[in-house]
Amino acid sequence: MTEQTIASPVAPPPGARPSSLLRGERITSKIFVAALQSSCGLFLLIVAGLAAELVWGARLSLKTFGIGFLWSSHWNPVTEQFGAAPFIYGTVVTSLIALVLAAIVGILAAIYLAEFAPRWVGTYLGLLIELLAAVPSIVYGLWGLFVLAPIVANWIGPALQKTLGFLPFFKGPIYGVNVLTASLILTLMIVPTITAITRDLIAAVPMRNREAALALGATPWETAAKVVLPAVRRGIIGACLLAFGRALGETIATTMVIGNRPVISASLFAPGYTVASVIANEFTEATSDLYLSALIELGLILLVVSLIVIGIGRLMVRLFVR
Amino acid sequence: MSALPIAQQRKLTSVLWTVICGVFATGVAIVLLLIMGYIIREGYSAISLSFLTRLPRPTGISGGGVANGIVGTLIIVGIAALMAFPVGVLVGTYLAVYSHKRVAQLLSFVADALAGVPSIAVGIYAYTLLVEPFRHFSAFSASFAFAVLMVPLVIRATEGAIALVPRELREAATALGAPESRVVLKILLVAARPGIITGLLLSLARVTGETAPLLFTAFGSQYWELSPGQPMAELSLQIFTYAISPYADWHAQAWGGALLLIVAVFVLSVLARLSILLGRDGRGDGGTV
Repeated sequence: MTEQTIASPVAPPPGARPSSLLRGERITSKIFVAALQSSCGLFLLIVAGLAAELVWGARLSLKTFGIGFLWSSHWNPVTEQFGAAPFIYGTVVTSLIALVLAAIVGILAAIYLAEFAPRWVGTYLGLLIELLAAVPSIVYGLWGLFVLAPIVANWIGPALQKTLGFLPFFKGPIYGVNVLTASLILTLMIVPTITAITRDLIAAVPMRNREAALALGATPWETAAKVVLPAVRRGIIGACLLAFGRALGETIATTMVIGNRPVISASLFAPGYTVASVIANEFTEATSDLYLSALIELGLILLVVSLIVIGIGRLMVRLFVR
Repeated sequence: MSALPIAQQRKLTSVLWTVICGVFATGVAIVLLLIMGYIIREGYSAISLSFLTRLPRPTGISGGGVANGIVGTLIIVGIAALMAFPVGVLVGTYLAVYSHKRVAQLLSFVADALAGVPSIAVGIYAYTLLVEPFRHFSAFSASFAFAVLMVPLVIRATEGAIALVPRELREAATALGAPESRVVLKILLVAARPGIITGLLLSLARVTGETAPLLFTAFGSQYWELSPGQPMAELSLQIFTYAISPYADWHAQAWGGALLLIVAVFVLSVLARLSILLGRDGRGDGGTV
């Protein structure tokens, strides 16, 4: 099929004037370069617009509340008092709990997939976990609201209160939609991310490192824990940061299960609110310019924090796999 | 344990940890499979012909459906693809072909940054750019938000796929006197096609079911609305509205919608993987290219 195109420069087809052929080629080339450059320009313009629009939209709130916006805990649309503290608190707490749980589960699961599992088990289980990473967050939110929330209210919550009830985190009445439920849903959502990246990192460690350790008499676990994992430690921290960034920005699933109440409470059984959730819930109801601006500033804060966390995470992962 | 000789103790520890890791790996898979099983069971009983072909009805009146949401999703995602595919493929091509240039490094950095932007922030962007000035919600603004989410994925996939094309292919074409535009269009992009298609499909899977930006762009609708300039129904938005409503029949519809979304996303993901596999097989006899 393509043989003719290869032969053509050597022997131009009879009848075709070489000059017109060349001219056509030059025009194609020009159009091609123009298309490449203009799409790159358009792309940069759109991304620059994203940053500019958020800063511009938040200007009213930035001017009115200044830096105090970050730690004021009053959120009252009626008196136009806006502070981000309850939302930042809820976002950080849910994401941190999710990160800790998901890191433990995800890293151990990845070690199994990459080091210990029979080849076919590793392949299929890995494929399954990757597929599940693609499940939309609305689906997790739906399941969290109707299945996990009752489980937390009736089983997990009471069990935790009975055993660890002396801690302030597990005191007070147990709601179904609360900070703990949101954290657990986020855990489920980021475990596949941590597992998949960590597995790839471990697989990229040269086989000779393992062989050397085994030859020195190390057991398989010692090889994994003392030779393989330390070699990619920073990459795994990067994977955790990527997952953490995703949890920070997650909107719809947390909105459905966190209870949406702007309070700071030590108890994980109390409802909370996150930055992304308050934007999702109140954006279309924002009646004044200042209200809308405060919500956009929340979006700006979320954007900046996510970019930093995910940026560092990606750099650390990329040191190892690329 | 301490009664055991040290060598056996170490072996036992190793076995123990292997089991623990295995339990966690299968545990994750089982929990996630149970969730999927639950959604399939609940969703299957909600899906019927009228669910797929009718408009929503007020709660209490049975026989309502999500047909407008399904069509709305296809329109919104379709327009987003029309915007994101060309830009993404072209920028990705630029990155791969001119990787040594300063601009390419900037573009690469920006594409990475954009991939990390939370979807809700992209939604705010679409709102301030395309909703606020026109004073009404529109499906097009939702498509724009989706396109912004898709572009970095398409860029990375295209760049990666072109980078995998053997260097000799490009050199051979150049040595035969082919101009750069022809080398890129007829050699590099053709050889990289399976990888690029995978990227396109994965970007579709990424935005199918994305809900957050739609809340204040597409907004949702109860009616047949096919004009991109108007507020439009969308499946994941309908799931959200139905799920947080107090009505049992709407809850059932939410499960049905969730099942449709999962099926769509899984089909896209599997097709994406197939594209790479088939492309790899094809490269064996494609050696003459």
